[in-house]
Amino acid sequence: MLEAVEKQRLEEMAKEIRKDIVTMIGVGKAGHLGGSCSLADIVSVLYFYKMNHDPSDPKKKERDRFLLSKGHAAIVQYAALMESGYFDKEESIHTLKKLGSHLQGHPDMRKLAGIEANTGSLGQGVSLAAGLAAGLKLDGLESKVYVAVGDGELAEGQIWEAFMAASNFELDNLRVIIDRNGLQATGKTADRFRIGDLEGKMKAFGFEVTVVDGHDVEAVAQALDQADTVKKKPVCIIADTVKGKGIPFAEGIASFHNGTLTQEQYDEALRVLAG
Amino acid sequence: MSSRNGGLKLGTHNQRVEYGKKLVELGGKNADIVVLEADLGKSTMSSLFEEAFPDRYFEMGIAEQNMTSFAGGLALAGKIPFTNTFAVFASGRAYDQIRQSIATAKLNVKVVGSSSGMSDFGDGATHQSIDDVAIMSAVPNMTVFTPCDGIETGLAVEAAAALDGPCYIRLCRNDLEDIYPVQAGYRIGEPVALREGVDVAVYTHGIMAHAALAAAQMAQEEGISAAVIHIPTIKPLREDLVRKLAEGKKGVVVCEEASIQGGLNMLVSYILRGTGIPVESMAVMDVFGQSGSSHQELLAYYELDAESVLKKIRKAVVLP
Ligand SMILES: Cc1ncc(C[n+]2csc(CCOP(=O)(O)OP(=O)(O)O)c2C)c(N)n1
Repeated sequence: MLEAVEKQRLEEMAKEIRKDIVTMIGVGKAGHLGGSCSLADIVSVLYFYKMNHDPSDPKKKERDRFLLSKGHAAIVQYAALMESGYFDKEESIHTLKKLGSHLQGHPDMRKLAGIEANTGSLGQGVSLAAGLAAGLKLDGLESKVYVAVGDGELAEGQIWEAFMAASNFELDNLRVIIDRNGLQATGKTADRFRIGDLEGKMKAFGFEVTVVDGHDVEAVAQALDQADTVKKKPVCIIADTVKGKGIPFAEGIASFHNGTLTQEQYDEALRVLAG
Repeated sequence: MSSRNGGLKLGTHNQRVEYGKKLVELGGKNADIVVLEADLGKSTMSSLFEEAFPDRYFEMGIAEQNMTSFAGGLALAGKIPFTNTFAVFASGRAYDQIRQSIATAKLNVKVVGSSSGMSDFGDGATHQSIDDVAIMSAVPNMTVFTPCDGIETGLAVEAAAALDGPCYIRLCRNDLEDIYPVQAGYRIGEPVALREGVDVAVYTHGIMAHAALAAAQMAQEEGISAAVIHIPTIKPLREDLVRKLAEGKKGVVVCEEASIQGGLNMLVSYILRGTGIPVESMAVMDVFGQSGSSHQELLAYYELDAESVLKKIRKAVVLP
């Protein structure tokens, strides 16, 4: 159980992350609002409660790693990094996707400290995370590897190859977090391409599986703590989430996958988040 | 309107829209035409076919590799499948499926690469196909279409549908002016002169014809007469015609929104070997793209805008 102040702190950080997301996207420019906001609470718990990381030493060997297999949600990680102090917020927050910016449309580890891998082509992040987890084990490190996956992304075959590899190599330092927001680029996952019984599939692929409310920081923290007790198998946390969470007019709306905000929507979003 | 359009207003002559409309037209005439999509239908505009012929539309989920071999299976059943996703995933992610399942058997699959080159300007390196021309050209049996505008897109899609064999069609995300001279007809493999000129010949494919035409206009004001030669298919390509169009020129410029490695630049240099005609190159110089605020900004940054073509034209006339 989290203490009440701790819980409140994580919720506040999630709110800051959402504000940063909206501010980065700005007005009249395409941005992956929906799939970034659905991860905001999880990312808050990871960066401000769970993970061992040090903004002043981004390459510290013993750090835990967070990878976004759904790389299009880069801005949720940028927000967490800037709130942690990896780079200067004021200098960067208005440079998203501008020519030469370190805040690229998709995460680029050669351009930004704190990014662990280059993702954006869906379906590859779990393989990268599993390989990283295997390598850390070889070095006898206690570090954990967290990787966030989209539910639409689960259609990629490579993801399932990676799941098999993770259980084959008994990667108990790997946590796959599935952002089950029920939407993909063109509509509802249930209408476009059904993935079926996800829990059953993940169990069959050798994972220890928990389902949580991905917007309940306490539940997320508990699931992540619980994961540390699992031995000899990888852990999968299926997070039930709402795409666009926290921005009322965008919640559950497919067009905010990579949509643009009008000035009114932008103001409205920041007003709600300030409340 | 789809969120994947990046806030752009889709003009009637956007390649994606013309492509979607042509698919619907062809689908109405030929019941064997089937369309596959990997969750980008509102961007690739395969959504138009979905609305018109839902029974012949396969939403495959975000699974490009499976989509591509699955299309091979549909071709084995006598269908004419068109697969849809961004060019970078169409050519890259599903490369081995194209090569092994489809091309070795010469299956009748049309692979459509949308948002090609740097046209997905915001998304950055992972989404910008600089290598698709090279890798698709390298596949035996593949016909590679590189239309310059919406009009030509319709002609290319028709030609691809009529051809029995694997095709790759490279399309741009953003609105383009109409420049294709319809009266010139459309023949696979044959270069099309968009503008006559005597001093320099500028060879282009895809969207670069637009910058080349603007540059040729500016060059004329400086007293340089530059021809603009558009290449509708990188493969096959009539080498004799490429050579003929270069005859008597002081130099040629080749420009493409694709990597210098394995693209039209290398092809034209190879075709013109032994002629003594100097070749000035313009391409993405073996680097990945990055995010930018507009397609035009990136083209200028990578020296693929009209100003840059003009500089090369000037250089080509003074070459020894
Ligand atoms: C290999 C690949 N195919 C297609 C895309 C384009 N794309 C980006 S996001 C997206 C939808 C992702 O849906 P989901 O995984 O559910 O993410 P979320 O809804 O959480 O944003 C698509 C199709 C891509 N980035 N990579």
